[in-house]
Amino acid sequence: MEDLFSIQLLSSTLRLATPLLLAALGGLYSERSGVINIALEGLMLAGAFTAATVTHYAGNPWIGLLAAIAAGMTVAAIHAVASIHFKADQVVSGTAINILFLGVPALLSGAFFQSTGATPQIPRGQLIPNAPIVIAFLLVPLTGYVLNRTSFGLRLRAVGENPEAADTAGVSVNKIRYIAVLLSGALAAIGGAYLSIGQSSLFTRNMTAGRGFIALAALIFGKWRPVQTMLACLLFGFAEAVSIQLQGGSIPVQFIQMIPYVLTIVVLVGFIGRARAPRSLGVAYSKE
Amino acid sequence: MIMSWLRSVLFPLIAVIAAFVVGAIVVLLIGDDPIETYRLLIGSALSWPDGIGYTLFYATPLIFTGLAVAVAFRCGLLNIGAEGQLYVAAFATAWVGITFANLPQILLVPLACFAAVAAGAIWGGIPGVLKARFGAHEVINTIMLNFIAVALTSYFTQYYYKAEGDPIMQTRVIGQNAHIPRMGSFVPGLPWRIPLNVAFILAILACVLVYLFLWKTRWGYEIRATGANPAAAEYGGIRTGRQIVLAMAVSGGLAGMVAIGDVLGYRFRYYDGFSVGYGFTGIAVALLGRNHPAGVFLAALLFGALIRGGLFVDIFSDNVSKDLVLVLQAVVILFVAAEALFRGPFGRFGLLKRSKV
Repeated sequence: MEDLFSIQLLSSTLRLATPLLLAALGGLYSERSGVINIALEGLMLAGAFTAATVTHYAGNPWIGLLAAIAAGMTVAAIHAVASIHFKADQVVSGTAINILFLGVPALLSGAFFQSTGATPQIPRGQLIPNAPIVIAFLLVPLTGYVLNRTSFGLRLRAVGENPEAADTAGVSVNKIRYIAVLLSGALAAIGGAYLSIGQSSLFTRNMTAGRGFIALAALIFGKWRPVQTMLACLLFGFAEAVSIQLQGGSIPVQFIQMIPYVLTIVVLVGFIGRARAPRSLGVAYSKE
Repeated sequence: MIMSWLRSVLFPLIAVIAAFVVGAIVVLLIGDDPIETYRLLIGSALSWPDGIGYTLFYATPLIFTGLAVAVAFRCGLLNIGAEGQLYVAAFATAWVGITFANLPQILLVPLACFAAVAAGAIWGGIPGVLKARFGAHEVINTIMLNFIAVALTSYFTQYYYKAEGDPIMQTRVIGQNAHIPRMGSFVPGLPWRIPLNVAFILAILACVLVYLFLWKTRWGYEIRATGANPAAAEYGGIRTGRQIVLAMAVSGGLAGMVAIGDVLGYRFRYYDGFSVGYGFTGIAVALLGRNHPAGVFLAALLFGALIRGGLFVDIFSDNVSKDLVLVLQAVVILFVAAEALFRGPFGRFGLLKRSKV
């Protein structure tokens, strides 16, 4: 226990926080524009599976990453069309996407690789273990800048807070929301890709294991702001790093596995009351 | 009246057909013959007695979880936690069956059933309380409680209730007196080997009871009022917080009833990881069934048939795995959801809109 705050723990925290941070920042764009994105989990799975598959065939992780981004945006487009155009309940639509991407990777891996859920192992030299970490943490100040210093960010926030006013001012509410949801798909997919071609070397069935939801909790905990969200992700990453380090000790493994999930509930119960969501979050916009 | 009836039957039907079309495209894309796949899927699910027997067997847990999700939906809540609730319930049921194995059947079976409902209700009630008391969103909390439920039951199984030296993560068997009969023992023509058991009859009964509860009791009325328009319900003197807890507890109790069929009527023990996503499929069942017990029953039969057929597709087709069924479910949800704005508890005023994820 004395070496709890070792360098190893620190680097492990950073690595475990990275997929959360990428997904949470993706969720941030979507939710600040007023669209709930509970589909982060499914988007991450889509990214993870695509990255592993394409890297396997192309032999280059960067092509895999680009393919993952394309896949994430395509899947996010489904959520966008359902919830923006057809005004479907955003939580239900997101849930459908999560179920869809429990099935699709398994179905496709069966067709491509004759396995039910896993992709072939990728050689060590074709992985990107570090680049996504850098991307993730660079995206924090970048997101802060985009949100607060650019006209796109201003519009994004306006659309999420007061779509009627934004509309009156000539902002196309639905266009901004489409862009935001597609962005969230791209970022969540990078987060997923990092799991399959960064942290490990293949895709396995349901390998996100709830990280999309934990990312969402981090976003809420971080009050929908980039820096606070990053801190929340680091906290969750730290909890997971500690839980991994404690494994093999005297505490049963099941209790250690529970730590991030229990922490998420504690965080939600303790903090959502004080956090203020974008005002029109979850409400489809239609001109009256 | 006729229009609304037509709509509540027609739209789900269209959603199912649309899902099958999308499924066919997926099958084509991965290089198989959709017609052959669907022939296999439907043919194997509707043959007598095996096909129908197994279809009803797979439909039974889905009726329970579909009802569970539907009751929560009527209160404006999305219970994604039926999976965790049924895990906790299954363990509790097995625990009663093991610990009180010597009780006579007439006492032990009701006691074990009560344990199933109570454990599910408690596990479902927790996110209800967290929502009512702290405003914490039930969607994320129920998902987190799923993970916690799986870990907890796995812990107790591994450390306290596993048979000595058993390599499989499962508890010891429950007492003979806790067993409930298979339908094959009294339905003519149905072979005993098919695991369909009396839990199916209980599921039908649960549909009737949920209908009576939601539409013929004061509690049910208040739950629906809370779901339809929480602000108006509050103004009308309904304590919406209490209705949220009640709806989640009833929802969890219904999900817990999955344990009755599985533990008392099929496996006779708690088996780690026994549920193949019954709780999640329940969401699709409830949405397709329009959160009405009759609709839930029909939708559960459909999905039961899909599970049965999916297993055959998995074995007998070259490229398509049983995961095709997950794709069909998700597409059904998407189509039903995209249409849901016209009506229903998750329309304009649902609680889903009030608490932000």
